[in-house]
Amino acid sequence: MANFLGYAVPGIPYGCTYALFAVGLVLTYQATGVFNFAFAAQAYVSAYLFMYFTQNGDLPTWAAFIVSVVVIAPLLGWLLDYFLFRRIPNTQVMAKVVTGISLLVGIPSLLTVAFGSQNLTDAPSILFSPNVVYFHLFGLEQVPIDGIFLSTVVVTVVALVALVILIRFTSLGLKMRAAVESRRLVQLDGVNATKVVGSAWMIAGLFAGLAGVLLAPQFAVLQSQNYITLMVTAIAAAAWGVLRSMPIAAGVAVVLGIVELIAQGYLPTGGFLYDAVLPVLPMIVLVAALLLMPGMRTIEHARDPLASVDPPTPPISSTLRSPTMDRIIKTGWWALLAVFVISMLSWVPRTWENVFNQGIAFSVIFLSITLITGMGGQLSLAQATLAGVGAFTAGQLALHLGLNLLVGGIVGAAAAAVVAVLLALLSLRLKGLGLALMTLAAGLVFTLAVFPRPSVSETTNGIALQSKWIGLGIFNPNGRAFFILGMIVLTVVTLGIIQVRKGTVGSYLTALRGSETAASGIGINPSRQRVMIFALSGAVAGIGGTLYSIQQTHVTPNVFGYQFSLVFVVVVVTTGVSTVEGAIQAGIGLTLFEQIVTYLPGRFGGNSLVFVFFAFGALTYASHPEGVLEFQRRRWTGRFDRLLFTKDDLGNPSAGSGGGVPTPPAPPTAATLPGVAPGVVAPAAPGAGAENRFELPYHG
Amino acid sequence: MVDPPASWSVPQTTAPPTLGPLFGRRTQPGQLLGDPGPLLVVRGVSKYFGGVQAVRNVTFAVDPCESVGLVGPNGAGKTTLFNCVCGQLRPEEGSIEFVGTDLGRLPTYRRARLGIGRTYQRVEVFSDMTVREHVLVAERARKGDGRLWRDLCNLGSPSVEERTKVEMVLETVGLTAVADTPVSALGLGMCRLVELGRALVGEPRLLMADEPSSGLDEHETSDLAGVLRMLQAERGMAVLLVEHDLAMVNEVVDRTIVMDLGQVIAEGTFDQVMSDPHVRHAYLGRAG
Repeated sequence: MANFLGYAVPGIPYGCTYALFAVGLVLTYQATGVFNFAFAAQAYVSAYLFMYFTQNGDLPTWAAFIVSVVVIAPLLGWLLDYFLFRRIPNTQVMAKVVTGISLLVGIPSLLTVAFGSQNLTDAPSILFSPNVVYFHLFGLEQVPIDGIFLSTVVVTVVALVALVILIRFTSLGLKMRAAVESRRLVQLDGVNATKVVGSAWMIAGLFAGLAGVLLAPQFAVLQSQNYITLMVTAIAAAAWGVLRSMPIAAGVAVVLGIVELIAQGYLPTGGFLYDAVLPVLPMIVLVAALLLMPGMRTIEHARDPLASVDPPTPPISSTLRSPTMDRIIKTGWWALLAVFVISMLSWVPRTWENVFNQGIAFSVIFLSITLITGMGGQLSLAQATLAGVGAFTAGQLALHLGLNLLVGGIVGAAAAAVVAVLLALLSLRLKGLGLALMTLAAGLVFTLAVFPRPSVSETTNGIALQSKWIGLGIFNPNGRAFFILGMIVLTVVTLGIIQVRKGTVGSYLTALRGSETAASGIGINPSRQRVMIFALSGAVAGIGGTLYSIQQTHVTPNVFGYQFSLVFVVVVVTTGVSTVEGAIQAGIGLTLFEQIVTYLPGRFGGNSLVFVFFAFGALTYASHPEGVLEFQRRRWTGRFDRLLFTKDDLGNPSAGSGGGVPTPPAPPTAATLPGVAPGVVAPAAPGAGAENRFELPYHG
Repeated sequence: MVDPPASWSVPQTTAPPTLGPLFGRRTQPGQLLGDPGPLLVVRGVSKYFGGVQAVRNVTFAVDPCESVGLVGPNGAGKTTLFNCVCGQLRPEEGSIEFVGTDLGRLPTYRRARLGIGRTYQRVEVFSDMTVREHVLVAERARKGDGRLWRDLCNLGSPSVEERTKVEMVLETVGLTAVADTPVSALGLGMCRLVELGRALVGEPRLLMADEPSSGLDEHETSDLAGVLRMLQAERGMAVLLVEHDLAMVNEVVDRTIVMDLGQVIAEGTFDQVMSDPHVRHAYLGRAG
């Protein structure tokens, strides 16, 4: 019994911090409809500033606590609401998730840019001294109660009791409970719902700050990844409460913290359960909640009676360009491609050759996101994982069977497709947020329990690839052979995706994105299409992973971690998730940007600035679902078009423009077409000129 | 609301538009080719939402070529019943059969392929598609096409037959002029026609139209009624119509079923049910 308590009781502080996370997530979701992926980043900010102020700013612990937790944490919550989340309509689930993920990636990187790379260790504990054992529970030697334990438990209990009092017995709490049902109905009753929701964000921010500071002493070195992993534990707890019940979320969180420590104590060290199952226990609990809790399948169903007044998702920006401008753009792209290929094969220095080669490999991985998110309308947070499955399969086959990496890459693609199909089958009844959580859990499982295993990665540095496994001079130091291989793979994958996009499967996916109800109502099988696009996306990611590993000459577990899945989504969403050009621009742009920042001084020299750039780009997803760079491209080509070419080119030929050839009738416009919404430019009528087209994402 | 395109104006005094040879007639009214039984049989269907009984023990049948109106005040359970028939909801009790097949375990898309076409109370369109693409994708889905390898081998282009059929449907519902317009640029009335065209191209044996006149003006509603009559008369298509516009119901249907609070309270010809005191009570209260 003493041993059991010795294992179980130390789990209580962990459970308490999970509970703070979980309650904060539920509070935000209930009051605002936002599942706040940025919660871990908010906690990290408070912990970071708390440690920074105590260690670099020489502030006393209590002052640092007040600044970082009482002031900055709620303020950050309010800022996120004011500038971002309140501007995203409830119907745009994907936009809210993407915005949260962007913040999760961007905020820690922004701290690095602002304060430089800090090695923050030995966080102080609030209230009680961390290294002092104050007493032994039940007088048992095995159950010491130290300062960290007391600080965590006392602060958590006080915070939760305060929250209960606030929600149950105050006017603000009453308004918050009403806003949970319908923010709009509350407004009709004369309540300033915006203020109420802002208050909820501030309280949730306070909880994030508290959790961040309480957790900090548990880590040897403060790292944002730790908070993301812990957030998944909190998500698991919140999911068992269907993101609605704070008591269940808090209770499950505490139990999870205790169970983890008990299992850690009793499981034999070095065994499979200890190495492979224990680290992913929270993810297993999360997956179980997603599969077993019926409420999680319908989590996004609007409960607000006035939900229908939300504006629809903004349409993809479209431009009506003149044929001349179209020709110029197409010619420009081909010319750029020709210059690029010729340069890569002739004069580009080795350093930059590697940059572009890496960009090509990334482009292939990113095309898998184009498939699953751009075409399939599903947000997968496991694309780096699938790339890793492909790469490790090819690496293992080469290492043990001597199989050529190019053949192994195809087998790896098949393996990644199988994993993707399993993931799709597991999450058939989930969509939007549920699917994002399922794929995040899968990514974490592979990152923490599969890739690091010696049977997969062989050594901590992964599998070193040898040139004999591929031949054809791919490992030639000048890198040109790889460039040719990369371009061939990229071209084949790109053409394949374009074909799918143009074909029947592409149209089915477009229909399903528009309305799954109507799509199944005309005979489209949504499950089959989803599994198919997952498989295809997994295969492409697997090919990209192998290509990337060949370029790096190593298959390394770290580069296929779950955190890269998040970064990949953010990068592609910025450049354009719905077009193949967007994925290629993302791949080349990411590596190019990473290379350019190496020339910048100090704190700007790492990847942090790159991540900040893309994360802020992805924050515009709600208003520019086509990608902010894609939006800007269309906008500027449109401006040049209007500046350089006459209106005649738009298909309304005036005298002389037709050169004596009879001119076709003008295409219908918003003014002439019945039922066409005002302010919308209509496309050409059939036969009015094939080039005069309405540019949609899959046509452009 | 602007006038609809002339192509779908179907004056009652003139011959209705024809769907042509691609829409071969399956049956003649009163001449059921080897299929003497009813097309749709709903038996004792009940559906609960928690403590709310949205549909209670509803039983009715629809014959081939028959046009049946399903009317009732708001909250009567009409759309819930539609959703049960189409598979979007699973009833807790009762059974639904379509051409002799029990629909109980069939998913929505399988029911659609059996020949149930549907339009929706709240317009459900594919926002990234043009009008023509809507109809084309429905035609493909009806046939169960969609092999990935065909797309990869560039064999997914529409055939001449598909194009012809799509154009014919567009002309029937009067959308030829806006065929290449994205639906996001269309008004509500046009979107309802897009839904209708999308349902029609699948050659359904039963068209379930859920408040199709909502958002249409009087003239458009009248034209739509003409199209529905034409489909029934010429194509032999059964129509199950949920509609609040009772004038349209009177114009289109052969038989009317009235629901209130989840139950069928009257059934018969339009005039019969409208004179039923239960129906008057349901619509007008005790004063009625």
